[in-house]
Amino acid sequence: MLKLSRLFGGALAAAALLAASSVLAQKKEIVIGLQCDRTGPTQTVGVFLCPGYHDYIALVNSKGGVGGAQIRAMEIDHEYKVPSAVESYERHKKEGAVLISIYGTPQTQALTQRLTEDKIAGTSPGFGTAAAANGDRYPYIFPIAATYWSQAAGAVQFAKDKLGGSLKGKKIAYLFYDNPAGREPLPVLEALVKEEGFEMRTFAVPPPGVEMGAQVLDIVQRFRADFVIAHLFGRSPSVSIKELKRAGYPLSKVVSFVWGASEADITAAGGWAAAEGYYGIQFAGVGSDYPVLKEITEMYKKQGKPAPKEMASTVFYNRGVLIAAIHVEAIRNAVKAKGGTNITPHDVKLGFERIKGFTLGGLVPPLEINNVDHEGGGWVQVFQAKGGKWVKSTEWFKAYPTLLKRMLATHG
Amino acid sequence: MFHRESGYYKTTYAKDMALYPLPVARWAVAAIVLLLCIAPFALHEYYVSILNLILVATVGALGLNILVGYTGQISIGHAAFMSVGAYTAANLAVKLGWPFWVTLPAGGLMAAAIGAIVGIPSLRIKGLYLAIATLAAQLIIEWTINHTPAISGGVQASIEVPRPTLFGTELKTQTQLYWFLLFFAVLAVVGTLNLVRSRIGRAFIAIRDQDIAAEIIGINIFRYKLLSFAISSFYAGVTGVLYTYYLGIANYEQFTIVTSIDYLAMIIIGGLGSILGSILGAIFVTLLPIAIRLGMENWGGLLFSAADINNLIPNMRLILFGGLIILFLVLEPEGLNRLWRNIRSYFRVWPFSY
Repeated sequence: MLKLSRLFGGALAAAALLAASSVLAQKKEIVIGLQCDRTGPTQTVGVFLCPGYHDYIALVNSKGGVGGAQIRAMEIDHEYKVPSAVESYERHKKEGAVLISIYGTPQTQALTQRLTEDKIAGTSPGFGTAAAANGDRYPYIFPIAATYWSQAAGAVQFAKDKLGGSLKGKKIAYLFYDNPAGREPLPVLEALVKEEGFEMRTFAVPPPGVEMGAQVLDIVQRFRADFVIAHLFGRSPSVSIKELKRAGYPLSKVVSFVWGASEADITAAGGWAAAEGYYGIQFAGVGSDYPVLKEITEMYKKQGKPAPKEMASTVFYNRGVLIAAIHVEAIRNAVKAKGGTNITPHDVKLGFERIKGFTLGGLVPPLEINNVDHEGGGWVQVFQAKGGKWVKSTEWFKAYPTLLKRMLATHG
Repeated sequence: MFHRESGYYKTTYAKDMALYPLPVARWAVAAIVLLLCIAPFALHEYYVSILNLILVATVGALGLNILVGYTGQISIGHAAFMSVGAYTAANLAVKLGWPFWVTLPAGGLMAAAIGAIVGIPSLRIKGLYLAIATLAAQLIIEWTINHTPAISGGVQASIEVPRPTLFGTELKTQTQLYWFLLFFAVLAVVGTLNLVRSRIGRAFIAIRDQDIAAEIIGINIFRYKLLSFAISSFYAGVTGVLYTYYLGIANYEQFTIVTSIDYLAMIIIGGLGSILGSILGAIFVTLLPIAIRLGMENWGGLLFSAADINNLIPNMRLILFGGLIILFLVLEPEGLNRLWRNIRSYFRVWPFSY
């Protein structure tokens, strides 16, 4: 039950908010179209990622916004449904959004052509197709974070380092969710097999991905893999941790792609003690040891509020902060180039292509986005589950850049 | 009050067979058509895009209603038939460069063929058993598309399709696509209106009401059940093609089991075995989430703080969506169509209801 006093307080706050927003309306505001999924199949990500996004925008606004203009991130939840995503895109366009933060692979694909026609930049960090890194082919799609191809290259590079600097004659198992996203890294892995001379075997996990006992036994006892690269979604990463552990495989020889390496996966796998040693690739810094996160906590403290509980899930929350930060940086570049806040979506697109040397204290990799490379280099960092939290295991690195560039040119 | 059925004498066969025998109905239909024609000029592009989504959903809902509402066979694999249509058209359009007026019927026919095969179990089983059989079809089709690069066009399982062109003009804005989609939606509505009052449609209804009785009076159950599956899948295939052209991409993730269930929800809310019901259901399921969100955006601030609203809107939307569906079905189990008929029959004798 909502208490009367709280209701009254809420109404007051709302009135204050309305008054505040009418003051803001006189100033120029810059609108970002933010798609979220807080209720659909990937809600476990959205409930942390989206608050992270909003908190960073609030932080920027509390410091006076960009070029004097406040930023409004207009969130629409599309439940991971394509028709809703199309509708929300058109709504954002009507509201004058200068860029669209897309969420979800099918949604990215459904909006690609429309974004190009309308000349509005859309970002697809951690999903969409790897080919979108090619700015010549997809001028208005920006992955802005390591694609599955870069993650695959990063995983192989990491395995190589862990196995003593050479993969010749080693056996690597690729355990993947049997959907297009799961199969996307295969061409890169196969090219790396030729280049590095290791033996790879693929193990598909059919959706919904909660049954993989047979695959894991195969990996551990028959194939006797030296290293396991896992690319799983939803519940399945936690299942893979449990099954590998049960089969007696050392988790310190397992590295997961970005969607299988969150705090939630560790909790679901039976806690930090059970998952000790497990590696995860990240495209955003993990942990709360970044200045920007302290600033957000400070901002809340000034308002007399505790830091949001979503911050505890540092993997997804930080990704939200990273996405927002890159968006704001692109807007900042656009405002700077234009010399004013009346920027168009096309200005923001050019703003993205000027992002360089923006690291936010290590939370963001040293991206270099330009008109050809919309991925920014494909930087990844590996973290390890150790002593109750994710511990940094490598610095930011990009793996096999020339091979990936060649493949983007031929496969894209 | 507003109209009377009496006093109109049908003196020719043509008049007797007219779709709308009453002048008031004809006027109403003319008014709706007029509104649909004015709409893209009067509305902002955003609202046109919503209309487009409704138009695509209408075609799919009509098709599913032919099968579920008119023939009484259940299918929870309809989204898979949509993907069959979508990938057929996408492959033909990309690999062979065929225009939409060839790929669209081709996609529909391919879906019809697959649908007729999937319909075979309906000859032996009914109800829940058939539901599971069609569910299996959904999974098999999804898997096949996913694992056959020749169909799916590579590991991403998505094929980018050029926009449809008509007389040298590329249809790409929402308004242009509106006319494209409206044409096929109207075609689907008129086609279904005529289908259900034809020999075939009456055979479907007879099978729905009592298939043994239908067989006894000489209806070939084998033929008509499969025909129903084929026609229904044809509509689904066309829906998939329309979707593909509307979005510019064919992607199997747009046609998962959730989509199948959305379409079932449309026809159950709208009214099984009714054409108006299919349209109303498509409108309702598409618009309700948008309306709830608009309401929450405008008035949610009175109750909750701004930070909470972002989290509340989607959740409230789900709760209200579910709640309203239950409410509507409790009020009128036969759906929106029946609700509309009740209103109409009330006003028919109003104000002298006794």
